[in-house]
Amino acid sequence: MYDVIIIGAGVCGAAIARELSKYEARICVLEKEEDVCCGTSKANSGIVHAGFDASPGTWKARMNVKGSKMMKRMSEELDFPYQQVGSLVVCTDKTQQKGLYELLEKGETNGVEGLRILEKEELLKMEPNLSEEAIAALYAPMGGIVCPFGMNIAYAENACVNGVEFRFSSIVRKIRKIEEREAQMDSGLPSGFEVLIENQKGSEEVLLARFVVNAAGVNADLIHNMVSRNKIHITPRRGDYLLLDHTAGKQVSHTVFALPDIMGKGVLVTPTVHGNLLVGPTAIDIQDREGTNTTADGLCQVMEKSKKTVKDLPLGQTITSFAGLRAHEDGGDFILGEAVDVPGFIDCAGIESPGLTSAPAIGVWIADLLREKMNLHEKKEFFSRRKGMINPFMLSKEEQKELIRRNPSYGKIVCRCEKISEGEILDAIHRPLGARSLDGIKRRTRAGMGRCQAGFCTTGTMEILSRELEIPMTELTKCGGKSKIAVSFTKEEVKE
Amino acid sequence: MMNRYYDIVIIGAGPAGLAAALAAKKEGAERVIILERNHEPGGILNQCIHNGFGLHTFSEELTGPEYADRFVSEVKKEKIPILLDTTVLSVSQKRVITAMNSSEGIFELEAGAAVLCMGCRERPRGSLNLPGFRPAGIFSAGTAQRLVNLEGCMPGREVVILGSGDIGLIMARRMTLEGAKVKAVAELMPYSGGLKRNIVQCLDDYGIPLKLSHTVVDIGGKERVESVTLARVDEHQKPIPGTEEKIACDTLLLSVGLIPENELSREAGIEINPVTKGPIVNEQLQTSIAGIFACGNVLHVHDLVDYVSEEAQTAGRNAARFVKRQEQRVEEKPAVALVAGRGVRYTVPSMIHPENMEENQKIRFRVDAVYRNVYLNVYRNNERIRHRKCRILTPGEMEEISLKKEELSEEFNPEKISIAVEEE
Repeated sequence: MYDVIIIGAGVCGAAIARELSKYEARICVLEKEEDVCCGTSKANSGIVHAGFDASPGTWKARMNVKGSKMMKRMSEELDFPYQQVGSLVVCTDKTQQKGLYELLEKGETNGVEGLRILEKEELLKMEPNLSEEAIAALYAPMGGIVCPFGMNIAYAENACVNGVEFRFSSIVRKIRKIEEREAQMDSGLPSGFEVLIENQKGSEEVLLARFVVNAAGVNADLIHNMVSRNKIHITPRRGDYLLLDHTAGKQVSHTVFALPDIMGKGVLVTPTVHGNLLVGPTAIDIQDREGTNTTADGLCQVMEKSKKTVKDLPLGQTITSFAGLRAHEDGGDFILGEAVDVPGFIDCAGIESPGLTSAPAIGVWIADLLREKMNLHEKKEFFSRRKGMINPFMLSKEEQKELIRRNPSYGKIVCRCEKISEGEILDAIHRPLGARSLDGIKRRTRAGMGRCQAGFCTTGTMEILSRELEIPMTELTKCGGKSKIAVSFTKEEVKE
Repeated sequence: MMNRYYDIVIIGAGPAGLAAALAAKKEGAERVIILERNHEPGGILNQCIHNGFGLHTFSEELTGPEYADRFVSEVKKEKIPILLDTTVLSVSQKRVITAMNSSEGIFELEAGAAVLCMGCRERPRGSLNLPGFRPAGIFSAGTAQRLVNLEGCMPGREVVILGSGDIGLIMARRMTLEGAKVKAVAELMPYSGGLKRNIVQCLDDYGIPLKLSHTVVDIGGKERVESVTLARVDEHQKPIPGTEEKIACDTLLLSVGLIPENELSREAGIEINPVTKGPIVNEQLQTSIAGIFACGNVLHVHDLVDYVSEEAQTAGRNAARFVKRQEQRVEEKPAVALVAGRGVRYTVPSMIHPENMEENQKIRFRVDAVYRNVYLNVYRNNERIRHRKCRILTPGEMEEISLKKEELSEEFNPEKISIAVEEE
């Protein structure tokens, strides 16, 4: 019997787990994929929104502003990459300029600090590569960028260290509320929930929990609707992105948004915390909850729209494109809190942008809610700080030398493009909730994320994974499930 | 502790690095060292277990590892040290090379001259903006080659290949020999980017269809590739609606071009030729930074390793001479520019200082399309000095001409040499 089952190990599920792990409680996170950060959390803009977008009074507005203010502290406490680069909403059409003032007003009502309008001259001084048409912008110094993987993984690792159990490749099939009556009458059954899962081995298993938190991303409506009569509905809203090489990373130094106009919302152009340039996303409503395929049309849109705000974008330096799904709920806002008709079932649903920014605040808010409802007590020993992976290139020369002397594997580069050493890959495998797949390694270390897109390091990383996890090369996967990299050994048919 | 100074530091122990080191030694350089990021010397040759290497150099057909071994043995005989598992992090204008490995940590070497031999990398899927899912089963051809030939793993059983570069063609044959079914090789251009002999020996001989003017418009399968959709493209390389053909397969190999690995060169401030994506070099294969030379695929992508070795010898020799001169350089007269004329994409080198050139200067270049029954003309200023009839010229095959020192002597007042593909 768990006190709390959290469904979903995306950034919200992980943040909730981490904040809850401060209290004496038995917590389990169920994740259908083989790793944390496999859904919406892995494919988004990596933006810390300042909070001027959402309408005042909405959950989005509240959590965004709170989350954005928490981000710096959390990035220090949990050691994930975050930079407060500031953001610009660029207006390229005089007739639309009042839109900037509307945003400014909304932002101020929401409590966003430091917002101001920049006229062309100052704007171009700040961001010289904006397009010729740029006439003014809303500047938000609180805007920032974060590594979405780093943040998600940091929260999850810290939760794990503080006693949260994570069960991967575990798909929730059914949830049943155990009624009070039933609980009293029946022999051992406490009040709470029966959660039927298909576990790692593919067999069914029933887990019991007093409380259930639904942080299931694009599937949160399915989970919610298993127990609640007040149905909700999520539409996966696809966003296509292009990621450019480091060589293009300095094209802009702020996150550059286009002012939404009658032609719709533009795409953003932003540096990433790792020095790449990210361009996107589109917004295309689809049916398939796993429809993370890019389309020629979507990629074209990104290329066209990006030119509106930034000039001379070196799109030829694109190293990869990808698509992510936002969990858009029909009501347009986050759904947070206990389902009205299902006591004990807590929703964290409809988490689309600014979900990543809001996650730290959502984590605290839901943990507080549960603490009150469950009368939880703080643990004596809570490890609030997490040490991230060592990156030898972030150390001083002496520290580097000492690190490599102590652990020579840090001196051997496996991924030449991102200069990732064997030591980092070993760390990624052996730390809490360690990587088990190529993508798991990639999200933790960036090995394979560079300009050759794992062309050179695939086999090297596979060898390390195979050796460390004692898995044959032919069983290794890109991202769990059926995503095997090699289908067999060679000449297997002719072997005895 | 290692020495701090070397006459010649060579970055990369592939075919270019090995040949450059030997040539430098032969030219009298005493302290030569090779830095290699992999676990063994030989570079990509190690995974090229097919034959066809060395026809020009040794007049015999060798496999890649055999070809590499000829040079590695020589390097060993000459006692030229190769630091393995060593990654170069930066090269400075003053030729200080910063590198790292497990035993030394991060360390610096000073070089009398440096030779860049970093080779090239394959263009990944992302640079093509191929739409679709991102499942397992999409490999660049070279990655698949390493999986099969060095790791003994099958990347898949039913294969579509995009791009008809040489590695793609070689892998079509390799996968077939390993029992996989190669269903098609699609090529965006109306001609192949690979060698004719590879098309014959790797596709035609096995009945593998080569679909020219085709590209991939969709990749199906969420976890592992399940299908690839090809479509015919128009003259602007845009897919033509209605021509889509969905092919069931579990693997997509990409052989869509090679990019010289010049990140170190760019960071050092070396001028790069936008066409070759390699350094701009003179007749000595010296880059825009004095004492830094380049050769092999880091300079421009070659089709035959024999030419890499030959070019690397030039670079190694000149690097050794540079050190001997101790930088007391002869005051250079203005260089003769080499101009890629009509139909020619680039030339290597880009310029010649006649006073520094050897008796014969090789100029290598590629044409920009397939040409039949044309003339390859070379002009000195406006005077035609070569007129060669060519039955066929293709972008997949590197061409060369040789200039004699006397042809560039002062009496002709040479300002430029241009090469062009012309009707007559």
